[in-house]
Amino acid sequence: MKTGVVIFPGSNCDRDTHRALSSLNNMVDLRGSCSVKFLWHNDYELDDVDLIVLPGGFSYGDYLRTGAFARFSPIMKAVVGFANKGGLVLGICNGFQILLEANLLPGAMLPNSSLRFICDWVDIRVENSDTPFTYGMKKGDILKMPIAHFEGNFFADDNKINEIENDNSVVFRYCNARGEVNLKSNPNGSINNIAGIMNKRGNVLGMMPHPERASDDILGSNDGKGIFISALNWLKR
Amino acid sequence: MREIARKLKLSDVEYSRILEILGREPNYTEIGIISVMWSEHCSYKSSLIHLKRFPKHSDRSLTEMGAENAGVLRLKDKWAVAFKIESHNHPSAVAPFQGAATGVGGILRDIFCMGAYPIASLDSLHFGELEDPISRHLFDGVVRGISFYGNCFGVPTVAGEVRFDYAYTGNPLVNVMAVGIINTEDMISAKAVGVGNSVVYIGSATGRDGIHGASFASDELTEESASDRPSVQIGDPFTEKLLLEATQEIAEQHLAVGMQDMGAAGLTSSSAEMSAKGGVGIELNLDLVPLREDEMTPYEIMLSESQERMLLVSTNENLPKIEALLRKWDLHYAVIGKVIAEPILRLWWKGEIDAEIPVDMLNAGEGAPMYDLPQEKPVLFDELNSQNPVDEWDKLDKLELSKKFDISCDEITDEELIQSIFLALLSSPTIASKKWVYRQYDYQVGVRTIAIPGSADSAIMRIMETGQFLALSTDCVGSYAYLDPFVGGALAVMESARNVAAVGAKPIGITDCLNFGNPKKPAVMWQFTRACDGISDACKVLDVPVTGGNVSFYNESPKTAVFPTPVIGMVGIIEDEKSITPMSFQNAGDSIYLLGETDSSEIGGSQFQKLVFGKYFGKPPKIRLDSHKRNIDFLLSAIDSGLVENAHDISDGGIGITIAECAMNSGELGAKIDIPKEFEIAKLLWLFSESQARFLIGVRPKNNDSIEKLALEMNIPLTKLGYVIDEKAIVIGENKWNIDEISNLYESTILNAMKG
Repeated sequence: MKTGVVIFPGSNCDRDTHRALSSLNNMVDLRGSCSVKFLWHNDYELDDVDLIVLPGGFSYGDYLRTGAFARFSPIMKAVVGFANKGGLVLGICNGFQILLEANLLPGAMLPNSSLRFICDWVDIRVENSDTPFTYGMKKGDILKMPIAHFEGNFFADDNKINEIENDNSVVFRYCNARGEVNLKSNPNGSINNIAGIMNKRGNVLGMMPHPERASDDILGSNDGKGIFISALNWLKR
Repeated sequence: MREIARKLKLSDVEYSRILEILGREPNYTEIGIISVMWSEHCSYKSSLIHLKRFPKHSDRSLTEMGAENAGVLRLKDKWAVAFKIESHNHPSAVAPFQGAATGVGGILRDIFCMGAYPIASLDSLHFGELEDPISRHLFDGVVRGISFYGNCFGVPTVAGEVRFDYAYTGNPLVNVMAVGIINTEDMISAKAVGVGNSVVYIGSATGRDGIHGASFASDELTEESASDRPSVQIGDPFTEKLLLEATQEIAEQHLAVGMQDMGAAGLTSSSAEMSAKGGVGIELNLDLVPLREDEMTPYEIMLSESQERMLLVSTNENLPKIEALLRKWDLHYAVIGKVIAEPILRLWWKGEIDAEIPVDMLNAGEGAPMYDLPQEKPVLFDELNSQNPVDEWDKLDKLELSKKFDISCDEITDEELIQSIFLALLSSPTIASKKWVYRQYDYQVGVRTIAIPGSADSAIMRIMETGQFLALSTDCVGSYAYLDPFVGGALAVMESARNVAAVGAKPIGITDCLNFGNPKKPAVMWQFTRACDGISDACKVLDVPVTGGNVSFYNESPKTAVFPTPVIGMVGIIEDEKSITPMSFQNAGDSIYLLGETDSSEIGGSQFQKLVFGKYFGKPPKIRLDSHKRNIDFLLSAIDSGLVENAHDISDGGIGITIAECAMNSGELGAKIDIPKEFEIAKLLWLFSESQARFLIGVRPKNNDSIEKLALEMNIPLTKLGYVIDEKAIVIGENKWNIDEISNLYESTILNAMKG
């Protein structure tokens, strides 16, 4: 399996994501090997990767609107083409915001309801286990992961939200440690506690929590690793 | 010209000295350059002779204090840690958001221009009282500024301190410490060498922002300081991030001869310092400097403090490779000059020489002036120290005091007072939870952060490169230094050492940020030198070097002068993952031991004293240099032997608050504590005394004998106070508190104050 992690100017979780993916190589849970490479924002080619990850950070400083500049990078043309052909794309945090701007996912991000940056550990509930990214997980599984964002308040109009919900496109929701989804377990005001959604076809996932920061026991959780392993095992299935 | 020199805050004696060295009158550009390089901020003219007394070496030292942009200590193999702390107090006082943001940016550049990759930042923040709306405004702006810059750049903000005291009203202290990991083979020096080598300007274009920022920082704040806002720079963390990545590649490929951040006094200080360190000169063509504003004069170009700029010296052979890397990272750059043999700074402008100054006269500790300013013990010192805090407490009308805590009864008992004071301390802003603050900081980017802020006495960062861990802490209790600056300086070092030791780390070096008032006042100078002596003594006992730092004078506003505040940034090392020790209680049934000695009369300068009297007086806690060293050594050896389940330094609020923090952090486990018999009469003061050199530790009952034996062997005072209980409660003598309730109180103070 080959994975590509895109570096935009201002990405700052690129190394962390590369590290988490590299640590999977030949581990017991993963069927086969996993090689990881960086993809450069100014390139038009993807080479032959099986999974593309858009990492977290502040692409172009996010001085305008999160992800607004990055979507115009040359590499994004290739990423859109890859996604349209059914290739697996995972956007984490800023990567999610870029996928929204690139119209690979529906909806938009608002600033957090607190109007402050939030860094914290959250629990998220798996809402749909029939996706490449939750392959091997069960609906209702609870994953512990960090969030760190200023704009993670997912928004879409009523029609769009109904469509997203009806299509089972919500993959993760913020919940409490018992798996209950409620106002108190919603860190940023996101509609329906949405923490991660996918496109209709199911090959593009955007999520605000950082799986790469939950990929080592010493960091407090290994749950994030499961998402990478799912995607790679799904490709291998 | 003499008039201009005066306006630029040069003394008449200094001006005469300029005439003597130059052998002529300086022109406008030259006087600007000299004034800024001779400002307190750049030249350290009043502090340098005192800083020279610090112990500077250990067998880990790879740089000497002041010789490079930051201190560097060897970790293992080719890896080392680079770290430094710096203040941005004055800018933060007039423009808190940008002041704090650019404070973060400036110190990051200091470490990454050497080739280090930043892995952590810490902030020591001091504000006026939280009830004061202006202090809240400054607090909010500073936290937002740190959050904005650090998060976007991608450095985790992992620890620090936030303290509130009336002395900082209108003059907050914003001290930022940056820590990076560096491959010593790739280290870039701050020296310019090699005649004919190119001088390259990298980063943002130069504007008029921050002109005379260094001089601004070398003066007291006045009512008019807000109109000095143009002296505050604007931060661009995105460009900083690009600079970092480009610098890393330049370092890895060994392309640069030397490199330095354009910090205070911008192009002037970077070119002057680099050439002075290399024993060469630099010639710059100012027509080539990238500008973002029209019609800037050489004076403005040289003195601008526009952010996110670096000066690099390259051989002509490597220049194309460096240019290619800068283009790769979309950075602006320009070759603006070259290294010359003559040790002068020569500036060309429109085809003519605009300035020519011997570099030596600009260099701190060399040609720049150095003063041994008069010192005088302030009258207040003896006045404060002669008061006896315990007598005053005994004399205090307890019924009157009880009204403050809403206790209504005819006769007030110790238990009732303990109950109320304990809760009031827990919810006092300096002690209360700082979650509102650190939740706004990305403290995990880089996947090195092992402990969430607030869950350990110091930040713990893993060093994957060597398998080691670093413990990081910043500390200073200004009220101790106010009562006795020597004690305050020494205890700042010791508290930071205790904080890293509590997580299992051995202290290996410090950086210091010395925040004081106007050095021309003999009383301030006396405080300063006393604090330096205290720091020196503590470092010698611990055998840790002062690797570098920053002096910030003139921290005075119309209302107050700040407490003398010598902030210490400590780095400790953990060799083995097994030694990482949590703060929170771990197992029900664990024995709770007090390590160290308590003197219940040590309430001078304490949080208890502030709460009860609203002011500080008496003597601060004793330094106990020797006990510190011995107790820290004991704790570390007990941890390494696997005898310690959890450990927590005893500081603000004393034993009572320390127990509460261990319990609240566990969330589930409580404690049952018996007050030692000899303190039964003075139990209230025993609980809140801030005697130093103490830790609270948890030990499995099966290890009680072993740890007691070890204590006996090492002659360490170790007292069993009680045990961990499987109940959300803290029981101390006859008092009992519910952990959920006190957690609520502890978490809500700052959150509620900062709402809306």
